[in-house]
Amino acid sequence: MQQETIKDYSQDGRTFKLRAILALVIVTLVLFILLGRVYFLQVVEYDRYAAISDRNRIQLQPVPPRRGLIYDRNGILLADNQPTFSVTLLREEISNIDETLEALTDLIEISDRDVERFRQRLQQRRRPYETVPLRFRLTEEEIAKISVNYHQLPGVQVEADLIRYYPFGASAVHALGYVGRINERDLETLDPVKYAGTNYVGKLGVERFYEPILHGEVGFRKVETNARGRVLRVLEQQDPTPGADIQLSLDLRLQQFTEKLLEGRRASVVALDPKTGGILALVSTPTYDPNLFVMGISHADYTELQEDLDIPLFNRAVRGGYKPGSTLKPIMGLAAIDSGTVRPDYTIWDPGYYQITPGGRRYRDWRRGGHGRVNLPTAIAQSVNTWYYDVGHRMGNEPMARYLRKFGFGQITALDTPEAITGVLPTAEWKRATLNEPWYPGDSVNMSIGQGFVVVTPLQLAIAANVLANRGQWQQPRLLKGVVETTEEGEVLTLPDIVESRPVPEDVVVTNPSFWDPIIKGMVDVVHGPTGTARRVGQGMQYQMASKTGTAQVVALPDDGRYRPDELSERNRDHALFIAFAPVDDPKIALAIVVENGGGGSSVAAPIARQVMDAWILGEYGDEEEELDDGES
Amino acid sequence: MVSRDFQRTMPGASTHFRRAPSLWSYTHLDAWLLLLLLMLCGYGLFVLYSASGQDIGDVKRQAIRMGAGFFMLIFLAQVKPRTLVTLTPWLYLFVLALLVAVMLFGVSAKGAQRWIALPGFRFQPSELMKLVLPMAVAAYLVRDQLPPSFKQVIVAVLIMAIPTALIMKQPDLGTSLLIASSGVFVLLLSGLYWRYVLGALAVIGACLPVFWGFMKPYQQQRVLTFLNPESDPLGAGWNIIQSKTAIGSGGLSGKGWLQGTQSQLNFLPESHTDFIIAVIGEELGFYGIAFLLVLYLLIIFRGMILAMRAHDRFARLLAGSITLTFFVYVMVNIGMVTGLLPVVGVPLPMISYGGTSIVTLMSGFGILMSIGAHAQSKQRA
Repeated sequence: MQQETIKDYSQDGRTFKLRAILALVIVTLVLFILLGRVYFLQVVEYDRYAAISDRNRIQLQPVPPRRGLIYDRNGILLADNQPTFSVTLLREEISNIDETLEALTDLIEISDRDVERFRQRLQQRRRPYETVPLRFRLTEEEIAKISVNYHQLPGVQVEADLIRYYPFGASAVHALGYVGRINERDLETLDPVKYAGTNYVGKLGVERFYEPILHGEVGFRKVETNARGRVLRVLEQQDPTPGADIQLSLDLRLQQFTEKLLEGRRASVVALDPKTGGILALVSTPTYDPNLFVMGISHADYTELQEDLDIPLFNRAVRGGYKPGSTLKPIMGLAAIDSGTVRPDYTIWDPGYYQITPGGRRYRDWRRGGHGRVNLPTAIAQSVNTWYYDVGHRMGNEPMARYLRKFGFGQITALDTPEAITGVLPTAEWKRATLNEPWYPGDSVNMSIGQGFVVVTPLQLAIAANVLANRGQWQQPRLLKGVVETTEEGEVLTLPDIVESRPVPEDVVVTNPSFWDPIIKGMVDVVHGPTGTARRVGQGMQYQMASKTGTAQVVALPDDGRYRPDELSERNRDHALFIAFAPVDDPKIALAIVVENGGGGSSVAAPIARQVMDAWILGEYGDEEEELDDGES
Repeated sequence: MVSRDFQRTMPGASTHFRRAPSLWSYTHLDAWLLLLLLMLCGYGLFVLYSASGQDIGDVKRQAIRMGAGFFMLIFLAQVKPRTLVTLTPWLYLFVLALLVAVMLFGVSAKGAQRWIALPGFRFQPSELMKLVLPMAVAAYLVRDQLPPSFKQVIVAVLIMAIPTALIMKQPDLGTSLLIASSGVFVLLLSGLYWRYVLGALAVIGACLPVFWGFMKPYQQQRVLTFLNPESDPLGAGWNIIQSKTAIGSGGLSGKGWLQGTQSQLNFLPESHTDFIIAVIGEELGFYGIAFLLVLYLLIIFRGMILAMRAHDRFARLLAGSITLTFFVYVMVNIGMVTGLLPVVGVPLPMISYGGTSIVTLMSGFGILMSIGAHAQSKQRA
């Protein structure tokens, strides 16, 4: 028994040893597998994991460039950058957005509107690891509150940003445009590298057109961050190149003066410097404050602007399409004599109407009894329709359209008004293509006095006035005076290549330079002649002004051809138009005015022109009462 | 063999062949194992300083725990295996009662109810079970002939299953896994018939779907994440991706102590507890991990040698189980961190920050040393 027990135990012992050794073999094997696994990770896959590890900790952060500033011609700052602090959230680092928002709401003031707009921005497509702003313009106290609680708010950051600020608010907004936050649509066209750190882009106007110059070149910063995305140190930095400052030919004082003159009206004034083609003022009223748009306009503000019947967002100066009316007559006159249709001294008898065929439809002059004998200068000064009906009919569509084109109609000639429209310059082909109708002689008759199919913008009218002022010589119409460049001699203005992007039309060359004389004479007589349509504004004028009034019908006249403004509601009244340049022998300003539903060009538009010119030429910016007058075409 | 048998059949004969009692035989400590454990602890503190974000306070607290662990080791080395056998049934019932108490009045933390709070401190009865369970299984098996009969196996499995189930309910998957395996090792080392082993494997395989149903959602998530960590790189898969990245980016020689970007910049979660080997991998590289694995391997070899030397059946089953359970810690932890196994909360023995496991492990080594020291003097059950 004893023996057996002993034997049993040794048998147990052997079994135990066998199993123990088997266990050791397995243990050794497993440890080698683990070591092999570690070898695989650390040696075989080393490059891959080293790269992931670097990507974890090293981030290439774009450093946005400072946006170039915009000055007026006298160096007044029109578009500035202001430092502001905003609180932003990094989606990738936040597990529960709602909790984070709640925590932030306890710390700083966040309105429901902020949250709503934040969620909108969150929905939009954005670059990975791009922060989404929640609230802008933090106070120092708010920044401090967030900073103290940083550790409890992963993914929350206070970011300093330079935000565009327009110190003169609504002034010149239709020229400057504005910048706004980059949205989904912008992302489709913008270079993702160049705009890596940029949150704002020019949306309209000069801000949009000179975006490549104003934006600058992005810089980069290699930073080491911890797992919560906080930057621990900067490993490498390549500074951004700030955007260039630009100076406009726009004169803020004239701009604001003109804006004031147009206050309460739906109107537009564009004034150019005939020597350079520089735009001195580009006014469209009513207007709006671009600062609202920079950080994203609120729904309520936007609705208000949208629903305003006077459509302040509408840039009348470059997008407003109007019938030019009689303002085209100087060009029609030049077309008639330069095309050889009639001689410069061509004279007609005006009975008060014109008929293409005897007994046919009567095209009426604005004066019922007619003007009697009428030559070209008289036809301009007194705006005699009959003279134009006659030569228009003789010329037909082609010369009229050709000469209008020479003066910039039907095309965009201004360099830096990116929203400008071409208007309509009707030709026989155009009519065939759009209306599927032939060009009738009656169309030529209508076109000769700027009615019918022609549609022009105030900017185009001002440019045409400018070409008239220069007797056919073109200067590129543009807002830009130059790009500010710092050289050894200080700051100089240079013209960027972008100026070449729009070719300047060829000068209007006439067969005989003397052909200009009856045109200019007629335009001078509009104000200075004893029977000129705008002779009242010429009283006491210290310089000579050449001009042309115009009136564009908004509703068709009744059959008797009488215009009864009192019977028409305000919005159905005629538009008042006026083009002018002065002084005649050495033009310093050329302009165009359109006052919607203003009534007549001479009564409403001409006095405004006088005040703008007095201001520019004589420096008289005094607050004069507008002279209201009626009568004329 | 003959001489061994001779020695064995001649009580007291061995003493004549032995040298004079040394310091080691006097203290019942095993010099090799002690040296290896000290190296391991030293290495652990060295790594912890970096992994804790250079928090010397953490290192001190850990050192104090290690001190407590060594105290337990020395104390338990003095307890004779025979004494343990007699105490085992009572210990088992006592700890089982504690586990039930945990379930009824335990303290919760992080969604798990694992602790019993006593004035001044709190402890996890499940840690005690890590030591008591293999003792209970071994003590039960050696009451009869080995290899165990079918009935014995069933009873042994019951002894294991009750505490395992209680701990799994806490829930603490890691600990229940360690406890269950400590019991299984006893069974395997006792010479369990292979046909039982195969049968058990078949039953477990069949029960896996049922088991899945009993798992908590977060545990299921861990398994799913393990199967495809890239499915949720910022959520549940984050830990594994980051730990693999930390280890992989360390390369052969590592980024240098305190220089690991993954661990120092907080990309690595749990960097000073369960995922600490990723810190070793990142900062000390392949060599750092290889060194650690060699230490572990030597400890396991030494433990198994001590087990094999023991002539007492209870003692050697217990010693073998303690050693192999230690190995399970290593395997599960490193397997998890390197992405070979699903995430299970098992610390890296002696290295991970945290008190209870170190004291328990040291206690186990104390028992192991006692078994080693009493190997020759005790022969029979």
